[in-house]
Amino acid sequence: MTTTEPQLEPRHAHDLEDEAAVGTPFTNAKLGIWMFLSSDFMFFGAFIAAFLLYRSRPQPGVTLFDVVDIPFTSATSFVLLMSSLTMVLSLAAIRRGDMRRMRLWLVMTAVFGMIFLGGQIFEFTTFYREGFTLDGNLNGSTFFVLTGLHGLHVTAGIVWLGTLWMLSVQNRLTTHDEQKIEIAGLYWHFVDVIWIVIFMIVYLVPAPG
Amino acid sequence: MTVTAEPPVVAHPSEELTGVANILKRPTKTHGFWSWFTTVDHKKIGLLYIITGVIFFVFAGLEALLIRLQLAGPNGTILTADQYNQLFTMHGTTMVFLVGMPIAVGFGNYLVPLQIGARDVAFPRINMLGYWVFLFGGLFLYSGFLGWNAPNTGWFGYTPLSSTPESAGFLPGDGASYWTIGLIILGIGSTTSAINFITTCLNMRAPGMTLMRMPIFTWMLLIIAFLTLFAIPVVTAALVMVYMSREFGALFFTGAAGAEPLLYQHLFWLFGHPEVYILILPGMGIVSEILPVFSRKPLFGYTVMVFSGLAIGFLGWGVWAHHMFATGLGPVTVTAFSLATMTIAIPTGVKIFNWVGTVWGGSLSFTSPMLYSLGFIAMFTIGGLSGVTHSISPADTQQTDSYYVVAHFHYVLFGGLVFAIFGGMTFWFPKVYNRMMNEKLGKLGFWLMFIGFNVTFFPMHFLGLQGQPRRTYTYPEEAGWTTLNGIVTAGAFLIALSVLVFVINAFYSWKKGPVAGPDPWDARTLEWSIASPPPEYNFAEIPRVTSRDEFWHRKYTEDDEGRLVRLPAGAAPAIEEPRDDVHVHLPSPSYYPLILALGLPIMGYGAVYTTYWLVALGAIVFLFGLYGWAVEPDAE
Repeated sequence: MTTTEPQLEPRHAHDLEDEAAVGTPFTNAKLGIWMFLSSDFMFFGAFIAAFLLYRSRPQPGVTLFDVVDIPFTSATSFVLLMSSLTMVLSLAAIRRGDMRRMRLWLVMTAVFGMIFLGGQIFEFTTFYREGFTLDGNLNGSTFFVLTGLHGLHVTAGIVWLGTLWMLSVQNRLTTHDEQKIEIAGLYWHFVDVIWIVIFMIVYLVPAPG
Repeated sequence: MTVTAEPPVVAHPSEELTGVANILKRPTKTHGFWSWFTTVDHKKIGLLYIITGVIFFVFAGLEALLIRLQLAGPNGTILTADQYNQLFTMHGTTMVFLVGMPIAVGFGNYLVPLQIGARDVAFPRINMLGYWVFLFGGLFLYSGFLGWNAPNTGWFGYTPLSSTPESAGFLPGDGASYWTIGLIILGIGSTTSAINFITTCLNMRAPGMTLMRMPIFTWMLLIIAFLTLFAIPVVTAALVMVYMSREFGALFFTGAAGAEPLLYQHLFWLFGHPEVYILILPGMGIVSEILPVFSRKPLFGYTVMVFSGLAIGFLGWGVWAHHMFATGLGPVTVTAFSLATMTIAIPTGVKIFNWVGTVWGGSLSFTSPMLYSLGFIAMFTIGGLSGVTHSISPADTQQTDSYYVVAHFHYVLFGGLVFAIFGGMTFWFPKVYNRMMNEKLGKLGFWLMFIGFNVTFFPMHFLGLQGQPRRTYTYPEEAGWTTLNGIVTAGAFLIALSVLVFVINAFYSWKKGPVAGPDPWDARTLEWSIASPPPEYNFAEIPRVTSRDEFWHRKYTEDDEGRLVRLPAGAAPAIEEPRDDVHVHLPSPSYYPLILALGLPIMGYGAVYTTYWLVALGAIVFLFGLYGWAVEPDAE
């Protein structure tokens, strides 16, 4: 140190302007949901890796490529994608303070999600009837667990949206709570994005060999 | 703020409850026995984590003693092979998931908000949820012992042993199912606490507490929160695959169907190796807090310490396959992972040199926390060196599955993490209870543990190189391992004695120890600047931070020659007096996280015994907790 006078005061007393605001530009809740989603991404990553590892191995019995109906799944996937649009519209509505439209779009989002789920249930039963099963071969094990867990995520999202709708009807959710819609929306979009990945990798990549 | 005559201490909002929320009114008590079940106070939750973790540590110790009694001589008959399997599986599982992780989280809970100058964590109720999920998950795992039905696959649960359906008669009992479901439950708890820590560290810092001024312990907690966040989902996925295979006939790991049993090992160790750093980095953080205080020097190379912690966190993702060198991965893979593993030694070595640099030339006082920390450096270095021998794959194929490996990871995890935990508990005890721990008993406990530890684990290096295999419940006399195994068992009882001394010391000092005051060690970080024990609101006024080791610089400055000069009393507001006029809105206690957590083990039993009504019942409890939580009035 080169100062000449003995500094019998806190060394830092001079630089109080240094007390810069710290923290991220995100609220706690938003940072938290992003962290959760990044974790969930790893979860799906492991199942997708397992599917890819096994998809081109020769296996006995009926595989996905024997039973898959791409036009049908494309249609339900399209419905799920549209639900992301309605989710955005719902958030835009609450930002305008239009609670009625917010609820309407929320219900539309949930209904689209249910159509997708219904399609998945129909698809699963058809596959089972045609002999493509969880315990039939590796292709079946990896397919049903991966898409089934995605279906569970969609179900959780529908319950979440339904809860927000119910709270809004009871006036427990007001225009101040736009962040709650936004966070549910982030989760919903995440589930959609995961489906896009699954749809491309699992359904659209042609059968091996 | 002027002192007024008004009595209210801490204001908890007591809004009118309507509708569903009326089923259970939001609890308001913050003192007394029942308040521990509803508390959202990070300090109380931290204590719950640590105390529960210590109780599980005693369980794991008793399991280890039984294992050592069985192995004390050749052809041991105290345990059957199956009981032995359950005991070593639960010993490992307990130490990793119910001792190492939760105690680190407990320290983090108690200290991180205090060290960064915050009043609470970012998500108090999610924080509470994490604890109860951990407790119920732990009890769920241990409930398997009723009828000797506990997990018996080893703490790693390798497939196809764990994933083959029970009906195939491969592995007796429901142990593997208890293990998969129990670990999934515990993973939920770890993930919530990781999200909470990240958000707290990034968003809740006091003004001026920039990232590079954060105390090193908080830094390490932030790093392991990220590791937990990304590692846990991978093992959860692997566990789901095991569960689906075991209970519903999925074929993920069935070789006969063309599957790759190694897939499981890759997924497990992709989690498992970051997990190793999740366990050790908090210990490094604790030691990095203790050494400067008792050396009366700042931490040597703070910035390098932070970045080598980050480097360990990153590199930890690229070395998992060194756990699988004996599985025939092929020379290219093995070489790559060998090299990657060796690079881990660089940031770790940097840390060790920095600790030595911290102590070097300091005016040392050998209190018991300091002894534990110095013991940490020495023992961790030995463990680190034997770790490097594992990275050399030809040597590793000799060492794999032998007691040499057992010796290695006990040197890093017991000599490392457990020493740090005991040092940390002694160091922060005065902050938590405002009483000093007895130094004589503390030193006696340390030396007993230090000697017992080395007597137990050093001979294991030799046993391993002589070929004694791990996880084997007995050995023949002709093997020639009798003497060393006898010594090892004697050492294990010395460790048990040292833990007993610590527990007695803790109880005695809790009742009778001399009053500590806010800053008994003349320490450096913000938690020492407030009363002991810290008031519920932590800081009456949020501190403004202007330097690293903020509290130290409020007490000391330097003269022309760079010598330390204590500031005259009153020059700076060093220690904040407890006051009774503080009006701080703190989050209210809640029942719902506890209820929500209770749903998980109920669903878990349903899953283990594939009983659907039990799953439904658990789901109802879970959803009830979730909805109660959602409609509960916010505290703010």
